[in-house]
Amino acid sequence: MKIPLKYSLRNFTARKLTTGITVTGIALVVFVFAAVLMMAYGIQKTLTITGSEENVLVARKSANGEISSIIPGDIQSIVSSLPNIAKTSDGKQIISYEPVVIINLEKQSGGLSNISVRGVSEQVLQLRPNIKIIEGRNFVQGRRELIVGESIASKFNGCRIGGKIKFAGDYWTVVGKFTTDGSGFDSEIWGDALQLLDAFSRGNAVSTMTLKLANPSEYASFKLAFDTDKRLQQYEPEIETKFFAKQSELMAGFIRILGIFVTVIFSLGATIGAMITMYASVANRTVEIGTLRALGFRRRSILAAFLAESFLIALVGGIIGLALASLLQFVSISTLNFGSFTELAFNFALSPDIIISSLLFAVAMGFLGGFLPSVRAARMNILQALRAE
Amino acid sequence: MPAIIEVKNISKSYTRDSFAIPVLNDITLDIEEGEFFCLMGPSGSGKTTLLNLIAGIDKPTSGNIFIKDTDITLLNESSLAKWRASNIGFVFQFYNLIPVLTAYENIELPLMLTHLSKAEKKQHVEAALNVVGLTDRMFHYPKQLSGGQEQRVAIARAIVTDPLILVADEPTGDLDKNSAAEILILLDRLNKEFKKTILMVTHDPHAAEKASKIRHLDKGDLI
Ligand SMILES: Nc1ncnc2c1ncn2[C@@H]1O[C@H](COP(=O)(O)OP(=O)(O)OP(=O)(O)O)[C@@H](O)[C@H]1O
Ligand SMILES: [Mg+2]
Repeated sequence: MKIPLKYSLRNFTARKLTTGITVTGIALVVFVFAAVLMMAYGIQKTLTITGSEENVLVARKSANGEISSIIPGDIQSIVSSLPNIAKTSDGKQIISYEPVVIINLEKQSGGLSNISVRGVSEQVLQLRPNIKIIEGRNFVQGRRELIVGESIASKFNGCRIGGKIKFAGDYWTVVGKFTTDGSGFDSEIWGDALQLLDAFSRGNAVSTMTLKLANPSEYASFKLAFDTDKRLQQYEPEIETKFFAKQSELMAGFIRILGIFVTVIFSLGATIGAMITMYASVANRTVEIGTLRALGFRRRSILAAFLAESFLIALVGGIIGLALASLLQFVSISTLNFGSFTELAFNFALSPDIIISSLLFAVAMGFLGGFLPSVRAARMNILQALRAE
Repeated sequence: MPAIIEVKNISKSYTRDSFAIPVLNDITLDIEEGEFFCLMGPSGSGKTTLLNLIAGIDKPTSGNIFIKDTDITLLNESSLAKWRASNIGFVFQFYNLIPVLTAYENIELPLMLTHLSKAEKKQHVEAALNVVGLTDRMFHYPKQLSGGQEQRVAIARAIVTDPLILVADEPTGDLDKNSAAEILILLDRLNKEFKKTILMVTHDPHAAEKASKIRHLDKGDLI
């Protein structure tokens, strides 16, 4: 007992201009909506692939980032005496004792931003084997040399190979550029841990320790040993990837909430646009509605046909908006991460969840915009509708 | 012949600004099966109102209308819709085709309300197209057709479900002389060859010539 879908489909394509404008409005809102979610997800994705699931990062419990964590020497020795820590073939423990500091660097586009400088130990290559030097060479232990992550190398002054960066009262030479294939480390500068401790007069107090487990499945027993040691009460171990993922939550959550708030306001405009289009569509087809009713179609068939039409407008708008937003995947941007207060470069990233929520969002606009006009169409009196010519 | 339509003591009035305006006064009328019944009368005399009541798209103020023993004045809205779909074929003055559907699809539309199979629907539509002689135009849209052709498509749409009664309100009112003549010949053929009961409202005395019975309305009274 229903009006064929092609009726709604053809009416959708019949009024090209008004439908086109409405579709464009919805497409723009969905574009912004999807872009915001892709941005938040991109930040999360970048930070969740930072580090390795086989590594454990030790930080002070009260610290909400590496910067505010501090691990003095005696604690370092206690941690390193715990069981289950992997060793290199020549018997050295695979641990990186890392001081992390923030420095201010001038952007090439103007303005200053915070950059993380991470001091790393000799064993870092065993700890994070996926790091690749893509230009120049690695820094040499004992020298004031730096290697710069790929994402910031071209964006900040002095970060090219051979360039000099001034901090802690000294000039540091950039000797290489590295990549970790898009992880958060790509937005950092690395150097020799001992040189950094010395330059910042920090003695031997590092920010965090990252260590490799002999076997990743031994994390539970490592953590148990860690937690039962009273001297380590104020410190806690965490799988490295999880530690960095947590730093994305604040920023991603903030972007999502702000973005959704803004797009919901935009969507009111698009919904009203859809409503105006559908009201016009109903008014133009009053006689047609009367005819369909006279032929025996029920009110609910009329309702369904007009709702289908506004769904169609919304869905096409949604798909166009989403298609445009998906192009953003090829765009990389960089911003200050509130979780760590440092610059973070990331790509907009699309997920099945984002596709589904964007299309649902579009369909919701179509439903809200189309509902009242469709009800008006369904409620028409047959005779009055037929007489409308 | 038995009466297929029995109109019994029908009155209809519209209320405007809390005044009741009488439109039909106590009309009683029988129409026999197979009749080509023509209703005439001056403008505003209530012809369309009576036709709409018989076609089940309007309700009387009082009185009953029996169509093949069904009192349609007692049906609720959705039963009435269902009843119309299988018993009434509508022909309108301005054709009222759906502009976004082709001739074929327009004719097929009432069949959506039946339980016919796809193949049966096709058969019905093709038969209807054949009767009105527009098989070669079936993929054309209404705006690609002349007025006379549009009205023929509308007639095909009205007969495709093989309804009990065809109702036509001034079916030639918007057509030139030749097209009007064609439409009347077609209606006459439907009546004679296919034994359709037809109820037609018209102003045109030429149109009325084809009718087997003519009645006049004047200010709401049947004379
Ligand atoms: N919905 C309505 N509300 C108020 N008055 C109405 C309504 N419908 C019809 N009328 C009135 O009822 C009277 C009869 O109308 P109807 O359309 O039946 O006349 P008609 O004989 O078909 O006229 P015409 O030849 O002009 O088509 C007219 O005076 C008209 O104004
Ligand atoms: Mg009339």
